[in-house]
Amino acid sequence: MSLTWTLVLLVAALAIAWRFLGSYMAAVFEGRVQFLGFLERPIYRLAGLDRTREQTWQRYGTSLVVYSGVAILVVYGMIRLQGSLPLDPQHFGAVSPALSWNTAVSFVTNTNWQNYSGESTMSYLSQMGALAVQQFVSASVGIAVAIALVRGFSRNGSPTIGNFWVDIVRCTFYVLVPIAIAFSIVFIAQGAVQTFAGAAQVHDVMNGARQSIPRGPIASMEVIKQLGTNGGGALNANGAAPQENPTGLTNFLSFFLLLVIPFALTYTFGKMVGSIRQGIALVAAMVLLFGVWFGFTSWAESRGNPAVAAAGVRYQPGGNMEGKEVRFGVAQSVLYDVASTQTSTGSVDGSNDSYTPIGGMGLLTGMMLGEVTPGGAGSGLYTILLFALIAVFLGGLMVGRTPEYLGKKIQAREVKLAALGALVMPLVVLVTTGVAVSLPAGRAGPLNKGPHGFTEILYALTSQTNNNGSAFAGLSGNTAFYNVIGGVDMLLGRFAIIVPVLALAGVLAAKQPVPSSAGTFKTDTPLFSGLVVGVIIIIGALTFFPALALGPIVEQLVHGKFF
Amino acid sequence: MPNDTLTSDGGALAAQASPPSQPRGVATSRSLFDREILLEATVASLKKLDPRVQFRNPVMFVVLVGTVVTFLESIAHPGLFDWSITVWLLLTVIFANFAEAMAEGRGKAQADALRRMRSETEARQLLDDGSERRVLAGALQKGDLVVCEAGDLIPSDGEITDGIASIDESAITGESAPVIRESGGDRSAVTGGTKVLSDRIVVRITAERGHTFLDRMIQLVEGANRKKTPNEIALTILLAALTIIFLPVVVVLQPFGHYSGATVSVVVLVALLVCLIPTTIGALLSAIGIAGMDRLVQRNVLAMSGRAVEAAGDTQTLLLDKTGTITLGNRMASEFLPVAGHDEEQLAEAAQLASLADETPEGRSIVVLAKNRFNFRERDLGSEHAFVPFSALTRMSGLDVDGRKLRKGAAEAVKLWVAAEGGRTPGDLDSIVERVSRAGSTPLVVADGATVLGVIELKDVVKQGIRERFNEMRALGIRTVMITGDNPLTAAAIASEAGVDDFLAEATPEAKLALIRQEQEDGKLVAMTGDGTNDAPALAQADVGVAMNSGTTAAKEAGNMVDLDSNPTKLLDIVEIGKQLLITRGALTTFSIANDVAKYFAIIPALFAATYHQLGAVDVMRLHSPTSAVLSAVIFNALVIIALIPLALRGVKFRPMSATQLLRRNVWIYGIGGLVVPFVFIKLIDLFLTAVRWY
Repeated sequence: MSLTWTLVLLVAALAIAWRFLGSYMAAVFEGRVQFLGFLERPIYRLAGLDRTREQTWQRYGTSLVVYSGVAILVVYGMIRLQGSLPLDPQHFGAVSPALSWNTAVSFVTNTNWQNYSGESTMSYLSQMGALAVQQFVSASVGIAVAIALVRGFSRNGSPTIGNFWVDIVRCTFYVLVPIAIAFSIVFIAQGAVQTFAGAAQVHDVMNGARQSIPRGPIASMEVIKQLGTNGGGALNANGAAPQENPTGLTNFLSFFLLLVIPFALTYTFGKMVGSIRQGIALVAAMVLLFGVWFGFTSWAESRGNPAVAAAGVRYQPGGNMEGKEVRFGVAQSVLYDVASTQTSTGSVDGSNDSYTPIGGMGLLTGMMLGEVTPGGAGSGLYTILLFALIAVFLGGLMVGRTPEYLGKKIQAREVKLAALGALVMPLVVLVTTGVAVSLPAGRAGPLNKGPHGFTEILYALTSQTNNNGSAFAGLSGNTAFYNVIGGVDMLLGRFAIIVPVLALAGVLAAKQPVPSSAGTFKTDTPLFSGLVVGVIIIIGALTFFPALALGPIVEQLVHGKFF
Repeated sequence: MPNDTLTSDGGALAAQASPPSQPRGVATSRSLFDREILLEATVASLKKLDPRVQFRNPVMFVVLVGTVVTFLESIAHPGLFDWSITVWLLLTVIFANFAEAMAEGRGKAQADALRRMRSETEARQLLDDGSERRVLAGALQKGDLVVCEAGDLIPSDGEITDGIASIDESAITGESAPVIRESGGDRSAVTGGTKVLSDRIVVRITAERGHTFLDRMIQLVEGANRKKTPNEIALTILLAALTIIFLPVVVVLQPFGHYSGATVSVVVLVALLVCLIPTTIGALLSAIGIAGMDRLVQRNVLAMSGRAVEAAGDTQTLLLDKTGTITLGNRMASEFLPVAGHDEEQLAEAAQLASLADETPEGRSIVVLAKNRFNFRERDLGSEHAFVPFSALTRMSGLDVDGRKLRKGAAEAVKLWVAAEGGRTPGDLDSIVERVSRAGSTPLVVADGATVLGVIELKDVVKQGIRERFNEMRALGIRTVMITGDNPLTAAAIASEAGVDDFLAEATPEAKLALIRQEQEDGKLVAMTGDGTNDAPALAQADVGVAMNSGTTAAKEAGNMVDLDSNPTKLLDIVEIGKQLLITRGALTTFSIANDVAKYFAIIPALFAATYHQLGAVDVMRLHSPTSAVLSAVIFNALVIIALIPLALRGVKFRPMSATQLLRRNVWIYGIGGLVVPFVFIKLIDLFLTAVRWY
C-alpha cells in the first residue's frame, strides 16, 4: 500500500473512530452504558465498593497511588518468582532485582521501557499475567485521570471528581477489552503467533544452521500494546518481528490502534464539556504538530544518511534504509515510529538509533513536546489540557479579562498546578541526564562516543520520563544504574504529573462557572489551537534546545549541512 | 444624581459622555518623563538593590544572584568580557528597579501635593455647654463637634449636624464650582481640607486622626499598602515556574558540556540564564500594576485596592443610574402641546408666566423654550401678582397675576384643581399626556383658571455619545442595565433611545441589591455607581462599587472606588482601564517569552564554539564572535526593559473590539513581534560592539 493510501485510509478510519469511540467513551464514563453490568457488579461486590459513591480528588489520588504501588509490588513479585510459577516452558528463572524493579515500574506507568528481550527473559505467565494485565489497567488509569480532569471542567461546585475504582473497571471492560478481543482475532488470522508452546527449533537448510524461533502468547499482547499506548511487545524486535506484526494489514491496524484512543478522547472531552468544538480545537493542535513532525522526520530519512553521503556514496535510493523494517520501507517505518513516539506508545518498527541525526531528533523531540500529539491513552489529553491552561492564561490576559477556560477562572492555584504538571517532565529529564553523563556508571552506558552517545542517554531518559518506552538502542540499559534511574524517571514522569492534574480537577470541579460573552476569550477557534501549539513548542524548544544542540544538531552539522 | 452644584448648568458640565475627563484635582498632570520624577527614580532604583527588596520578585532576585556570581568570577579572572557582563547584569536589575520607581514616583508626587493640603489648621470645637474652644485639628476626636464659617478650612471628615453652606472642594476634586452641603439627607458629608465659602455649619467629626479620606488618598496614590492582586499573583507563579525550569536547563549544561569535552564558562552560563528567564515582564510587572492605579487617579478615581481595578476589567454587567449617567440629569422642556383648540403661543405664554418664579432647571427650561419659540421677553408683572410655590401636597406651582390664576403641574393634580375651579378636562388631554409619557418624557399640564391650555413636554435628554459608548461595551461583552425610578413605560423609551441592553424600572434599593445578587449568582461580575446612603448595600455587594465623592460617607465606605468628579459615566472608563491593565501584563509576558528564541540562537553557538565550531551554523544572525554574541544578547535583554517602561506605564493601547479580534491583534504584535524584534536588535548591538571593538 502506498504511503498516500495508507494516510488517506488512516485519517478516514481515525475520523470515524474519533466520532463514535469518543462519544461512546463519554457514555461509558457518564455511566450511561450498562450492558456489561453482569461483569461489573460482581467485581464491585467482591471489592465491597459502592459504585455510586464518588471521591474527592484527594481520595481519588490516594486510591490511584495505592493501586499503582500494589501493582508494582505484584508485578515485581511475579517476575522475580517466575521460575517457581507455572507457564515457564523455557525455564528462564528469576529476573534480577534491578531489572524487575525497572520492568514493574515500566508496565504500571504505561511506559513499557524494556531493558530485556522478552523471548529470552519472561515466562508466559509473566507476559500474560503480569505485563499484559498492566497494559490494560495502566491505560485505564491514564484514561481515568483524563476523565477526572474533564469532569473538573464539566462539573460546577462539585466536591467530587468521580470514583477511581469504578472508572478503571468501566474503562477496562467497556473500552479496552472488547476492542482488544476483536482486533486480536484479526491479528491471529493474519498470522500473529498465539501459543503456549516454547520456541520453535528450525533447521535452516539454506544456511545449514539451526534457528530458534520464539513463540508464545504474542497476539493477545499485541493489540493492547498498541491500543493502550503501552508499546511493550513480547519480543525484542517488537513491531518489526513478523510474529507480532505479520502483514501490511496488521501494520496498518497498528497505526490505527495506537492513535485511536488518544485522538478519540478529545471528542469525549468535547462531549462531556458540552461543546464538540472545544475538542476539535485540541485535536487540531495535535494533528498539526503530528503532521509537521511526521513530515520533518520523513524528509530527514528520505534524504539518506549524511554519514553515508560523506563517505562518497552519491545515491541512497529509498532514503536512509539502515535499521528500517525492510518489509515496509522508509515511509511506513517512519510513520510507525513517529506515531509510536508521539503517542507515548514506544513500540518500534525500526531501529531509532540508525535514523539520521535529525530524523532521530524528530522522534526524540516528538516525546520532548510532552507526549501530547496526541500522547498516551489519557495522558495525552490531560497533559495537553495543562498546556491549554497556560495558553488560556497568556491569551486570556491579552483580551483584558481574568483568564477563564470553559467558564472556569484560571487563577493562582490553577496556574501553579498547571505549571507544575507541565514542567515536571523537562526538569526530570534534564536533571537525570545531567546525573547520568556525570557518573561513570552513566557514561558507561552508550555504545557510541560524542554527540551520538549523548543522544543515546538523552533519548533513554526522555523516553522513560515521558512514559513512552521506545528505545533508541545503542545504550546498555540493563545495568543497575540505568534500571534504577530509569525507574525513578518513569515514576516521576507519571505520578508527579498525575497528582497535580487530579488536584487541578478537584479545584476546577469546585468552581462555579463564569458565563461566556463577547468579551470571553474563545477557546474553540483556530487561533486558540495555534496558541496551544505555540505554547507546546515554545516550552519544549526553550527547555531542550541546548541539550539538542549538543546531541543530534551538532551530530548532523558535523556530517554536513543541516538543510 | 440630584443637581448639587450652585451653577444651574452644573449638570451639563459633567455631561459630556465620551471624552475622558481632563486630569485635575489630585491628578496633577505630569509628563511621563518629568525631570523631578526621573531623578528621584534613579536614586530609588539604587536603593532598591537591597536583597530584601529583590527577594519579593523571584525573577529579578535570580538576576541579582547571577550578578554576584559573575562579579566573583570577574575578580578571579579579570577580563573585559566578564566585567562587561557583570555590569550589564547589574544594570538589568537597576533598570527593573527604575521601572518600579518611575511608577511609584508619579504616585509620590501626587501624594506630596495632597500632603501640603493637610496643613495643621486650628479648629473651633463646640463644647457641650455651647461655648467654643480653639484646638488643633489634629487633636480632634471622633464625635467632636466643630463650627466652621465662611473662609474656614474644614478640619477633618465629618457630617453637618446643623446648617447649610457652600463649600469649595476643588482641593480634592479639582472642580472649581462650589457645592452645597447641608445637614440631614444625602448631602451632609464634608471632607477635611475643603473650604467653607459661605454661611455657618456645625460638623460632627466622623474620622479618627490619620484615617481621614485625605490620609487614605495619600496612602493609595503612594501605594503604601499595595498588595499583589490575584491575577498578579497568578502571573508571578507562572514566571517563577519558568525561572525554576530554566535553572536546571542552564545548570545541566555544565555536565553536558563536560561530557562533550567542552569547558563551559560560568559567566556565559549566568548570562544565558538571565537571558532565558522572563526578566522583561518580571522587571515591569509591579510597574504595570502601580501605573494602572495611577491611570485611574489621573481620571480622578481612587481605587481602594488593585483587586477592584482587576475586577473592573472582568465586569460583565454594568448597572448605570439613568439620571446623570445616561441622561443629562435634568429634564428639559422640549414641546408645547396645546389642547382643545388653544394655540401654541397662548400655551407658551401661560407656561412662561407660570414658571417665572420657578428656579428649578425644569422651570428655567420652560422660560427659555417660550423665549426661543415666541420671543417672549421677561415682562413687568406690575404690582398685583403673587407666586405660588411648588409643594409636595399640591404638586403644582404658578402665578396669580391680574386676576389670572396660572398653574402648571402633574396631570392629575392640575385636573383636580381645574375641576375645583369649576372647569372641565378637555377630551384630548388624556391621550396627549399618555403619549408624552410613553415617549419617556414627563408631561406638565398648564391651566389658566378653569381652562386647561395644554401640556408641556419635559424631555429626559440622553447624553451625547452615550449610545456609541454602550455599543463599545457590547463589543467587549459587557451588558449594560439602566436603573431608574421611572415607571416601566418611561424607562423603556429612554432605554431604547440610549441603547442599553436592559433596564430596571421603579427601582428601589432592595430591587437593585436583588438584581446584583442575581447577576452574581450567574457568575457575573457587576459594577455600579451610587451616592446615597440607601445605595450603600448595593455598592458593597457589587464587585466594583464606584461611590460619588458628592455622596454620603456611608456610600463612600461601602464602595471600593470613589470618583472625585462625581461623574457616573466614568464607570465606562474604569472598565477600560481594568482591561488595559490585564492586556498589558499578558502582552509583555508573551513578548518576554517569545524573545528567548533569538537569545538562544545567539548564545548556544557561542557557548560551545570552542568544541563544536559547526554549531556556528545555528547562529543565523552571523554575529561577530562568541563574546560579542553573548554580550549583545545580555545588553539587549537589559535595554528592552528601559525601552518598554513607557508602554508599561501608559498601558497597551486599548481598542474596544471583541475578544477574538483583540487576541489576534496582540498575538501578532507581541507574540510574533517578540520573536522577530530581538533578532534585529541583537544584530545591531553586535554591529555596534564590533565597530567600537568592545568584545
